[in-house]
Amino acid sequence: MRHNDLRSRDHAGYWAFVVHRVSGIVLALFLPVHFFVLSRALASPAGLDAFFAWTSRPGVKLAETLLVLALAVHLAGGVRLLFAEFVGWRAEGQKTAIAIVAAVAVACAVLFALNA
Amino acid sequence: MPTPPDTPTFPVRIWRGGADGAFRRYDVPRRASQTVLDVVTHVQRHVDPSLAYRYACRVGMCGSCAMTVNGRARWTCRTHVDAVAGNGGLEIAPLSHLPIVRDLVVDMEPFFDKWASAKGQFVPTATRYDDFAKVEPGSAARRAIDATIECIGCAVCYASCDVVGWKEDYLGPAALNRAFTLVNDVRDGAGIARVRAIAKDGGCESCHTHQSCTQRCPKHLSPSGSIAALKRVVARAVVKGEL
Amino acid sequence: MEARVRAAPGIDPGQRAEGVRFAAWLFVLQRASAAVLALCVLVHLATIIYAVRHGLSAQAIVTRLHASAAWPAFYAVFVVAVSVHAPIGLRAVVGEWLRLRGPLVDAVLALVAAGLLVGGLYTVLSLGF
Repeated sequence: MRHNDLRSRDHAGYWAFVVHRVSGIVLALFLPVHFFVLSRALASPAGLDAFFAWTSRPGVKLAETLLVLALAVHLAGGVRLLFAEFVGWRAEGQKTAIAIVAAVAVACAVLFALNA
Repeated sequence: MPTPPDTPTFPVRIWRGGADGAFRRYDVPRRASQTVLDVVTHVQRHVDPSLAYRYACRVGMCGSCAMTVNGRARWTCRTHVDAVAGNGGLEIAPLSHLPIVRDLVVDMEPFFDKWASAKGQFVPTATRYDDFAKVEPGSAARRAIDATIECIGCAVCYASCDVVGWKEDYLGPAALNRAFTLVNDVRDGAGIARVRAIAKDGGCESCHTHQSCTQRCPKHLSPSGSIAALKRVVARAVVKGEL
Repeated sequence: MEARVRAAPGIDPGQRAEGVRFAAWLFVLQRASAAVLALCVLVHLATIIYAVRHGLSAQAIVTRLHASAAWPAFYAVFVVAVSVHAPIGLRAVVGEWLRLRGPLVDAVLALVAAGLLVGGLYTVLSLGF
């Protein structure tokens, strides 16, 4: 049997799914790292502060901003899906909802980046 | 109607063979108001009679002529060449996610098997001695059915759904959409058996709301909406211990 | 054309009652944990942005966690919800994009869930008390 390629996937709903899935994978992989780094704060607060100093490097700041973006887009996209599935479906309204999700996520990431 | 000798042609690539086949190029006369079905028919009648394809009504009622045109599943009788080819060519392939019989013909059996697996058949409860069922046309249940009942089983949604491609046992948008109409039918007697049929692994929970089905349905149905509603039905049933 | 014999209906293993309930419960747990996480992540994002504005340090984190019992309780709930939500989400990814399914995959993901739960709760308990 044949499978589809990108030509059948050029609509908002599909790319919203891809962003949601990729951000979910990124967050799932990040979590163990996150728990490890935080638990080190008890072992050595000085070590953790050295770690925080390292994170002030621009490359790391960018990575952190992307993580915040991943978290925010996964949250907002997830809320969109919860609404669509449990509060009620509106096929016509989904493009607007996706746009709002993107705007909220970018706003969070920018807010973080400017303050970090 | 014979083609005038200096009619401009345009390149059309058509899938020939089975799953291990390939595209073959044909130069087809470009005519006004030409549909993709016209193109395929021209090739079969004037160029290569061995080309296999399906159509029936050719007026957008039966869904038999569904194929993949320039990467998207559509009814070829309702697709104007001008709308999809522009100044380029056409690429015509069989529908995705179904076994290829030959050329542009797919085996629709898995599609209908899943329809049956989702319990997409009406289960009668009344006899000839009972009065007619009284269904309030304005009721929420009947309006839900009205919005989704026009499916003619053309498999465009099934071919467009990437989860169908990733997960062999996913029932797919059409089967679930039909199950949804029956779940709302007050006359139907399947009850919890149908809810179980669409709650199993490969059922409605496999839908990730890509909405490719809704995007491509030639009858403008929203299987996405039906599946979302089925998710609510399943959630309620399992939490209440009815499943 | 030879007659096609259809497989007898009702023998579909996916339709055995326990299998159906398992699939349905996984879906409900995924969505329920998602709803909990919606609230938790909202608070977490706000906390992150607040924290970076006022300077991020180990001492600041520990001080905040000790300021009220609500914080460790909040993060404990967060960890439990994540331990449910992430593995079920990964199950779909692994099943669809890596085409890996079955009891072994489910067992590995259960271990992932346990790992997240233990690791996360250990972090919350050791930081909060």
